[in-house]
Amino acid sequence: MARKDARPDVSRRKFLAGVAVAGAATTVATGAKASPGATANKRLPSAVMPNTLQIAAETGGLREPTTQIPGRPASDYMVDVIKSMKIEYIYSNPASSFRGLHESLINYGKNTMPEFLTVTHEEASVAMCHGHFKATGKPQMALMHGTVGLQHAAMAVYNAWADRVPLIMIGGNDLDASKRPPGVPTVHSAQDINALVRDFTKWDDQPVSLQHFSQSFVRAYKYAMTPPYGPVMLALDAGVQQASIKPEEKDLYTPKYIPASPPHADPAALRETAKLLVNAQNPVIVADRCARTQAGIDSLVQLAELIQCPVVNQQNRVNFPNTHYLSAGPAVIRNADFILGLELTDFWATVGGWVDNGEHDGHGIMESRHRPDVKLAHINSVELNTKSNMQDFQRFMPVDILMPADAQASLPLLIEYVKQAITGDRKTVFEQRGAARRKAYAQARASMKQRAALGWDASPISIARMTAELWPHIKDLDWSMVNSSSGAAPWPLQYFPIDKHYQWLGRSGAAGQGYGPPASIGAALGNKSLGRFSFSYQGDGDFMYVPGSLWTATHHNIPMLMMIHNNRGYHQEVMHVQRLSNRRNRVANLGKTMGPVGTSIENPDIDYAAMAKSMGWWSAGPIKDPAELGTVLAKAVQVVRAGEPALIDVWNQPR
Amino acid sequence: MRFVVRSQVWLAAIAAGLVLGFASMSSASEKGKQLFVKHGCWQCHGFVGQGGLAGPALTPEVMPFEAMNNFVRNSSRAMPPYTEAILSNADLTEIHAYLVSLPKPADPNSVPLLKQ
Repeated sequence: MARKDARPDVSRRKFLAGVAVAGAATTVATGAKASPGATANKRLPSAVMPNTLQIAAETGGLREPTTQIPGRPASDYMVDVIKSMKIEYIYSNPASSFRGLHESLINYGKNTMPEFLTVTHEEASVAMCHGHFKATGKPQMALMHGTVGLQHAAMAVYNAWADRVPLIMIGGNDLDASKRPPGVPTVHSAQDINALVRDFTKWDDQPVSLQHFSQSFVRAYKYAMTPPYGPVMLALDAGVQQASIKPEEKDLYTPKYIPASPPHADPAALRETAKLLVNAQNPVIVADRCARTQAGIDSLVQLAELIQCPVVNQQNRVNFPNTHYLSAGPAVIRNADFILGLELTDFWATVGGWVDNGEHDGHGIMESRHRPDVKLAHINSVELNTKSNMQDFQRFMPVDILMPADAQASLPLLIEYVKQAITGDRKTVFEQRGAARRKAYAQARASMKQRAALGWDASPISIARMTAELWPHIKDLDWSMVNSSSGAAPWPLQYFPIDKHYQWLGRSGAAGQGYGPPASIGAALGNKSLGRFSFSYQGDGDFMYVPGSLWTATHHNIPMLMMIHNNRGYHQEVMHVQRLSNRRNRVANLGKTMGPVGTSIENPDIDYAAMAKSMGWWSAGPIKDPAELGTVLAKAVQVVRAGEPALIDVWNQPR
Repeated sequence: MRFVVRSQVWLAAIAAGLVLGFASMSSASEKGKQLFVKHGCWQCHGFVGQGGLAGPALTPEVMPFEAMNNFVRNSSRAMPPYTEAILSNADLTEIHAYLVSLPKPADPNSVPLLKQ
């Protein structure tokens, strides 16, 4: 491999003589000389000097060569390739396996476009890319270390995969077993590190030459950015990075990136769908990850208004304004005679339900919640990119018209076909339906406010109150809600008027914990350049997976407001244990906490404000009295608008 | 013993204002509040029965005791049934009294933040 010519033999031999061979001995590597006799007569020091193996474990067993490597570094060329794609940031925790590229990025590349951002955990690196893309539509990069860094990152990669978010990952790897350093660097290498995430990445490669790298980098970018979007992975051999460009590589070129057009639905299938939409008595459109940009929202509004059709937004993207009278809750699905799904994660659960009541040997009841005569159509790009192992494709649901295609790209032609299919007699039906929807929408808004008033003055603070208290402070700003815990999300998604695609960035994808803080911070960095005010409702359990993410925000001047939805428990799980206890006719053992043993985060209560402060954030809390919240929020918003991150710990009702 | 420990925990929690709620409450409804928490009702319905993502509001229109008793004992849907071995009639009576004792919520039209 390329490593063959990468390192001068002399340096290599020196290295072996100086470090590796010494690994079998017991001498210390500090250079200090000590006679055995003198050592035996002295008291043991309070801190014992590390032995060679310990030093190797700490340093990776590497001793920097003193000889300069002639020629142009290969990783400089890699930086040129990365720059050609106009990637703004590389989120990374540093590691020896990509030191060649790291050095080129910050010295040759001047640490701009892309800028190297220091992140305290690889899971956070990937989640930051995830959030950044959803705020800006621009894919970012994560660099990670061989086997260990990639395993740290794996959960976040799965979230990005399930959320159909593109990001470019490069993992350092030292392939040449005969030449790579012994000890830790070898433990951190693998034949195929990409295998660790292959089940939930769209494409991967392990280039063995510079030209191979540039072709694969541009190819990876293209695949990531062609709907359905997804994460891609390149394993980058340490030797390829650290080599010099060889004479025979003088004709290296960077392939031109040409964006691929998104897959479009079959016109005949769209025409049939249009007829069903126009002629149905109770059509319903359900959208999940349909709108990739504002154009997607605008198209869906146009389609819905043409036939006065209610739209259910499943909230993994904005899709449809909640301020529009055709915005509806899922109850309309029960009476629908035609349902058009747009990029649904789970069509089965859209029209069916699970009752977790212990029947069928504890499996509960799976039941249909739709009319028996309903017709179903689905435009879904994920059909084009399904893998076998991970079950994110959900339960199988037969539909009458399946269009494996990008929904947003397919909407304009569907709209044209709908216009052509509308006859004069249908217009009266549409007007009546529209009038009914306006009335239903007004009733839903009034009901929401009545429910918000319940527990308004309670402590812990209700989520409705927490939501409403923020509004006066952001309503005149260009705001972006970059994340919310699943327990808190329903309130802000109802209460805040949302009509822009960046005002809500959706959920994590795979519901894997450890998404919120880093994804929010990545999104906040993207929003910063666009002049947007970023805020999130952050679950306490999710926060504790990656609290170190906060440090990156301070270090790199990323402003955002994070409100901790602190219900002091894993509330998704609380009821599972309660439910099983009841079924077994046993009193749930609470131990010394509020929820069943193992589901609470109490004793001690975590001081999130102190944690944030320790990493440079302005912070306040815990806030337990709802009357205090408005004042604290006003101050926090000021801090964020001045360019700093701020965190408020709010003691909340459970969900 | 387990009940004693739980009671101590919850008395301490309430004293610390953790599950505060409303100031003027009779000792009977105060006991009902403790039981509401102890038996896990708060997990889905919130500490003041306001409802939430996982369970409906139990207030301000509190169902009659007989109806509540019947539902709690025989629920076959999302809410698991509570037998008398888990939740005694006496405790359920106290919980019902607590819910009835809660003040009526404010008219949303009188709350400035809900007027928009």
